[in-house]
Amino acid sequence: MNHANAKIVVETLSVQYDDGTESLRDISLAIPANQITVLFGPAGGGKSTLLRALNRLNDLVDGVRLGGKIYLDGEDMTGASVDTVALRRRVGMVFAQPVPLPMTVRQNVTYGLELAGVRDSRKKEAAVEKALRAAALWDEVKDRLNAPAAALSGGQQQRLCLARVLALEPEVVLLDEPTSGLDPISTAKVEESLQEIKRDYTIVIVPHSVQQAARIADYAAFFLQGELVEHGAGQELFLAPKDKRTEDYVTGRFG
Amino acid sequence: MIISRQITQRIAFVLLTAATILTAAPIVLVVGYIAVVGAPAITVDFLASAPHDGMRAGGIWPAIVGTLYLTLGTGVIAVPLGIAAAIYLAEYAKDNRLTRAIRIAIINLAGIPSVVYGLFGLGLFVLFLRFGTSIIAGCLTLSIMTLPVIISTAEEALRAVPQSFRVVSISLGGTKWQTIRRVVLPEALPGILTGVILGLERAAGETAPILFTAAAFFLPRLPNSIFDATMALPYHLFVISTQVPGMPLKVQYGTALVLLTFVLSMNLIATMIRSRARARRQW
Repeated sequence: MNHANAKIVVETLSVQYDDGTESLRDISLAIPANQITVLFGPAGGGKSTLLRALNRLNDLVDGVRLGGKIYLDGEDMTGASVDTVALRRRVGMVFAQPVPLPMTVRQNVTYGLELAGVRDSRKKEAAVEKALRAAALWDEVKDRLNAPAAALSGGQQQRLCLARVLALEPEVVLLDEPTSGLDPISTAKVEESLQEIKRDYTIVIVPHSVQQAARIADYAAFFLQGELVEHGAGQELFLAPKDKRTEDYVTGRFG
Repeated sequence: MIISRQITQRIAFVLLTAATILTAAPIVLVVGYIAVVGAPAITVDFLASAPHDGMRAGGIWPAIVGTLYLTLGTGVIAVPLGIAAAIYLAEYAKDNRLTRAIRIAIINLAGIPSVVYGLFGLGLFVLFLRFGTSIIAGCLTLSIMTLPVIISTAEEALRAVPQSFRVVSISLGGTKWQTIRRVVLPEALPGILTGVILGLERAAGETAPILFTAAAFFLPRLPNSIFDATMALPYHLFVISTQVPGMPLKVQYGTALVLLTFVLSMNLIATMIRSRARARRQW
């Protein structure tokens, strides 16, 4: 793809840990805007590390060294002077395990807005409904907004976590195996809402299976042991992989 | 001789039960004895008037007020300081030689005999800073003694808050401080409060730290400012038990009962806060 419609451009990115282990090796990748980009491959390939590099969550871990550049709308996000708080509002993240904050459903959705200084309660109310609708959760929780978020089912909690990110109206949504703990019906609902929201957001997801990757990918990148083996348009990559290793993985010969 | 497993099991059970009873019995006996002997002394007059006739008659009102002042004052100084230090240690401090040294210092501070704190308070606050024997000198001394308890329990409570809450809050665009204030602190608060109350309870009951720094042998009126000396329950009990000949026994035990009630009710509050928070917790 050309870089003109890329939302994020990753350039020769390497991530190393203090103990010498390398998590990512010389990755270059352009992530297209308003599409679902899937980062897939066997465990330990560096997919989550790349996700966490995109909104600088690696900063929270001691002893991580990063080389190369990550551009968001053409602007480098790897420098020490980058406002990471502002970056994380533009690039939201949903984790593998749903972690509702110890508050009500409503407070979970408005949490990020309040951090950003939104005080107007009408604005917050509107954001709650909009975000919960986008995450396909509104109908299930509209009468339980004041219930503790932890009282929701696992699938509802994960969609709440998505809603919580969407309420901030970020530009990019990162999802790290968001459906790994969910049943098939909840998984389908999450995937459905991803298809809905990609009109407004750029989505980067680490799927929990090759099947899911193939189902939802507009664009796909295959990672193996810290290396980016192959990337390209979703259907192409899954139907006609160029690299033997990609083919072996996609067809289920290993992984 | 081989003893059958059943008999060994029986012996172990009896010994362990006996040990438990032996430990619990003194507590029941002490509290019970003080209550029985001291209760007749408890009258409105005893609680609400000053001692007279060389402290053999009258009440303990100035001592009750003094202990309240000392406990509150210690709280005002030690609680914010202790919680702030705990937040620093739990949330900000990197694991290096300096923070390890600070932690070791705090642990050791908890092991210092309380009379040593008293002597230190006398040297620093009473004499060097010229506060004189005063409430403020007593509170500062008690604060130094209480801080290690508050800091270590608060730090433990903060560390018990799941790391994932912090990561989520940061990932939603929170600063470190916003995360601490809005998620970590509220979660840790019951644990922190428990530590605070346990620390203050110790401060309320101690004699040695206020012996040279704050306590007055006898004061017919209430203190006027924080630079006045004050009577206090534990010290008053010490005085009427050892320094005043011909003291009626029930006055001593009445004083002990009041002090005990004061301290135990703080304990009860701490327990209630903890069990309430546990019942409310849904995550």
